[in-house]
Amino acid sequence: MKSKYLREGEPFVWCSGAALALILLLTLYLVGVIFQNGLGVFWVNSVARLEMTDGSLFMGEEIQTSEHSNGDSRVQLKIANRDLYSLDFKWVFHKDVTATSYPEDTVVVERLEYGNFIGFLSSVNLADTPASDGDQYSLLKTSLKDLSRHHGQIESVESQLADLNYEVERLDHKLGKLRYRDKQQSPDYAKIVAERNTLRLKFDGLVHQLSELERVQATNVAVFKDVNGTSVTLPLTSIVRIYKPNGLSFFGKFSLYVQKVWELFFDDPRESNTEGGLFPAIFGTVMLIVVMAIFSFPLGVIAGIYLREYARDGFMVRLVRIAVNNLAGIPSIVYGIFGLAFFVYGIGSSIDQIFFPEMLPAPTFGTGGMLWASLTLGLLTIPVVIVSTEEALGAIPGGIRESSYALGATKFQTLSRILLPLASPGIMTGFILAMARAAGEVAPLMITGVVKLAPSLPVDLQYPFLHLDRKFMHLGFHIYDIGFQSPNVEAAKPMVFVTTLLLLGIVIALTSTAIIMRSRMKKKFAIAD
Amino acid sequence: MTNEKNAVTSIEDSIVQVRDLNLFYGTSQALFNLDFDIPRNRVTALIGPSGCGKSTFIRCINRMNDLVDIVRIDGSIQLNGQDIFAKSVDVIDLRRRIGMVFQKSNPFPKSIYENVVYGLRIGGVTEKPDLDEAAVVSLKRAALWDEVKDRLHDSAMGLSGGQMQRLCIARAIAVAPDIILMDEPCSALDPRSTAHIEELIRELNGEYTIIIVTHNMQQASRVSDYTAFLYEGELVEFGKTKDLFTVPVEKATEDYITGRFG
Repeated sequence: MKSKYLREGEPFVWCSGAALALILLLTLYLVGVIFQNGLGVFWVNSVARLEMTDGSLFMGEEIQTSEHSNGDSRVQLKIANRDLYSLDFKWVFHKDVTATSYPEDTVVVERLEYGNFIGFLSSVNLADTPASDGDQYSLLKTSLKDLSRHHGQIESVESQLADLNYEVERLDHKLGKLRYRDKQQSPDYAKIVAERNTLRLKFDGLVHQLSELERVQATNVAVFKDVNGTSVTLPLTSIVRIYKPNGLSFFGKFSLYVQKVWELFFDDPRESNTEGGLFPAIFGTVMLIVVMAIFSFPLGVIAGIYLREYARDGFMVRLVRIAVNNLAGIPSIVYGIFGLAFFVYGIGSSIDQIFFPEMLPAPTFGTGGMLWASLTLGLLTIPVVIVSTEEALGAIPGGIRESSYALGATKFQTLSRILLPLASPGIMTGFILAMARAAGEVAPLMITGVVKLAPSLPVDLQYPFLHLDRKFMHLGFHIYDIGFQSPNVEAAKPMVFVTTLLLLGIVIALTSTAIIMRSRMKKKFAIAD
Repeated sequence: MTNEKNAVTSIEDSIVQVRDLNLFYGTSQALFNLDFDIPRNRVTALIGPSGCGKSTFIRCINRMNDLVDIVRIDGSIQLNGQDIFAKSVDVIDLRRRIGMVFQKSNPFPKSIYENVVYGLRIGGVTEKPDLDEAAVVSLKRAALWDEVKDRLHDSAMGLSGGQMQRLCIARAIAVAPDIILMDEPCSALDPRSTAHIEELIRELNGEYTIIIVTHNMQQASRVSDYTAFLYEGELVEFGKTKDLFTVPVEKATEDYITGRFG
């Protein structure tokens, strides 16, 4: 009986099932933790007002409760008001709390600086209208709405300034070129100097206009009080959003949630990246993968085709194959160092010396940037593409090849009309793996061009539109940066989860697109057995 | 030794002349001094036990063995009086004149129509009317037209095994070859499909030179006009099928066809 049980391999079935279940559980746990922490970040929590036994008052969002080692339970409050208390979070023992309440008129103010403010609104002082005794909160709301219109004005001036600045830079570049060639006397030089001066004047005018606009705005202020009565005056321009968390209905909370998620996707970061949006990082991540794919996929596929179809199978090919397989095992930081040495310092410096000598010693391509980071990642993912291409080609039954040859097809015709379409699902698998790997890499990027905060995107409306020399932001690096390099780690924690969730989402979106394409190809090019 | 056996080979009109053909895989020899003629527009069967070199031999005719690095060939095969191993021969052109059907039907993962016209397309034919006509004619010749005429642009993968094999025959016919090589075309098919293919071969007889490798002695006797018996890389006997099966000259042939070995 027992021997039959063993002979049929029952224990093996159990073992293999258990192994799969374990892996699945771990993955689910990881994803679960990310989702639980990431999805809740933008949900508005109620703000509690705690009276303590020693008479002190605290107000804050309840973040988490935990059991202290001596058995007392305690609660972590996000008390915010960094400008007043210097700490965002505070642990409070439940036994020290005498009363807890949730005042309806509590306001939470999201500010451009110092994080959130939690307290009460006292008054709104507008420059062009006399103070009124009406509902200050709705007055503030309407003035904020008006302000956002004015804000549009400011933003348009700012963007004009940025364009002018870029123009001036371009002219400076031209002047530098002429100076480098000793052509200060040429009429072109004088013309450019004149042009530059007019731009400069225009620039100064705009700066003046901007400061005027800002000065007017700064006179519109709102006065708040914290729980202890300390008053804080905030210019309306510094307020991003204001709401009363304790008075919000479910739908109110939901619409705030949607607003905040929108802001996350399409806005720039603030407060050393712990708040605001992630748009530049999302853009950088996706663009990095796309540029990487443009370089590495065609190259990898062609190399794979050569190895499998054209190279004469022998010692050399086997050696190359082993080398390619081992490439995939090299730590990614080593690729980063190689990228820095070869691409940035080698090729980049040469490009600078040949094409941008007038800019030196300031580097143009001789420093980390989108192009070099993508190439480094491309190098890192090429082995995966080569191996999968080779395997996909190798898996095609010999009979298919032979019947094509027997019909008088050349090697190239067979390859392009029969073999590549047949191998395409397998090659796609390689692409998917390569993309997922590239999206998750951070280490090589850190030395080839990623930055904490990039002033401009690698693609914009300024000629030549695509700026592959620029540095960029990346979600993976963002996680590391705000999670471990931020001055205020506790405040950045929610953002770490959100960023992780986003990165996960991008990888899933990219790979599932590829998987859908692959299944279409599979359907189209299925071979009968 | 081979020459006296070929005395029977008084063929009216031959298309392929095999002369002193020796073939080596690396250092081991697979074919020994093959020397016989293959008649034009007739069906010639190659029989013999597994590994006797039948497939290797027919792969010499369209030079499929070129694809195997370690193969070396001595001697000559003349097709219409021209040595196919000569340097001046374009192997692509040669293969275009010789169709081949394999043991395992292997249609390309394309539509039925595209499968049939593949040989024409790679040969540079682009005119739609020409392709259409070739497709219809070839499918009719391969006795597949009635079954697929309403779904020409469906995937060939939806066909049954027998239909796939007939599609492969249609594909080979479409380029109007001088010779059709068939390497055990029925060994993977059920008896009904086999009968279908055999009937097709009989219909094509007289229009095409067909060389068929088969393990099935009954099949050889049913479809072929001439039969060659190969044993361990040597041609044991070659002659008219009805002679070879009724009055074999060699003892080995008699033993093989009566099932005493093989």
